[in-house]
Amino acid sequence: MAKTVIVSCGTGIATSTVVAVAIEEACKKEGLSVIVKQCKAAEIPMLLADGADLVVTTSTLRFDPGIPVIKGLAFLTGIGKEQVMAQIMDVLRK
Amino acid sequence: MEIHEFLKPEAICLQITVETSEEVIRMLGTKLHALGYVKDGFIEATLKREADMPTGLPLDGEINAAIPHVDIEFVNQSALALATLTKPVVFYNMVDSDEAVPVRLVIMLALDQPKSQITMLQEVSHIFQQPEIVRQLTEATTPEQVLSILNRMSSSS
Repeated sequence: MAKTVIVSCGTGIATSTVVAVAIEEACKKEGLSVIVKQCKAAEIPMLLADGADLVVTTSTLRFDPGIPVIKGLAFLTGIGKEQVMAQIMDVLRK
Repeated sequence: MEIHEFLKPEAICLQITVETSEEVIRMLGTKLHALGYVKDGFIEATLKREADMPTGLPLDGEINAAIPHVDIEFVNQSALALATLTKPVVFYNMVDSDEAVPVRLVIMLALDQPKSQITMLQEVSHIFQQPEIVRQLTEATTPEQVLSILNRMSSSS
């Protein structure tokens, strides 16, 4: 079954768009089928109710969603981007 | 290059000296408001969002950046505004809001639709991933120089 990734940022419109597209492209390249849901950090609990496997966030999370959380700032700054993408792929391949 | 469609010379403020992140947000927000890109309330909403969910980005060079922005309801038409600062002001790290980030490059995003303008947003993040481009931008003295640096970036990447 396809894994679900929640990609969140402060407003759900800007930085999460960059991260979501990067993850979608990487998964396509790897032949991984994933569902990417983009939202504001405040909307994460609502999406968790439908089930999800991973949160990638560019904003500060003030609660524990109970599933793995990976910080996605690397997709904006380039610092450690490959390692972060590898971590994401590790979770999604499981 | 899509950035050019969004970044107008009138919304570029170079080598400015301010003491706080609020001053630079007000300055860029006032430009975007005067150009008609954003609605009344944009500046206050952006300041509130910055306090609540900051937008500072520690970069891979000596110069860091911030990308203040807010919900689409305050925007008439998508646009960018850019400021470079003679001395850093404190923003806070987007993904770790306790960490102060001294910032000298500020790119304000006004977006009128969710999940759109992906090419422009990717170009903005490409700027941040190239310390040499960031340095050149902070040394530019005219909006034309800024646009030319961005143009060269697009043709070389």
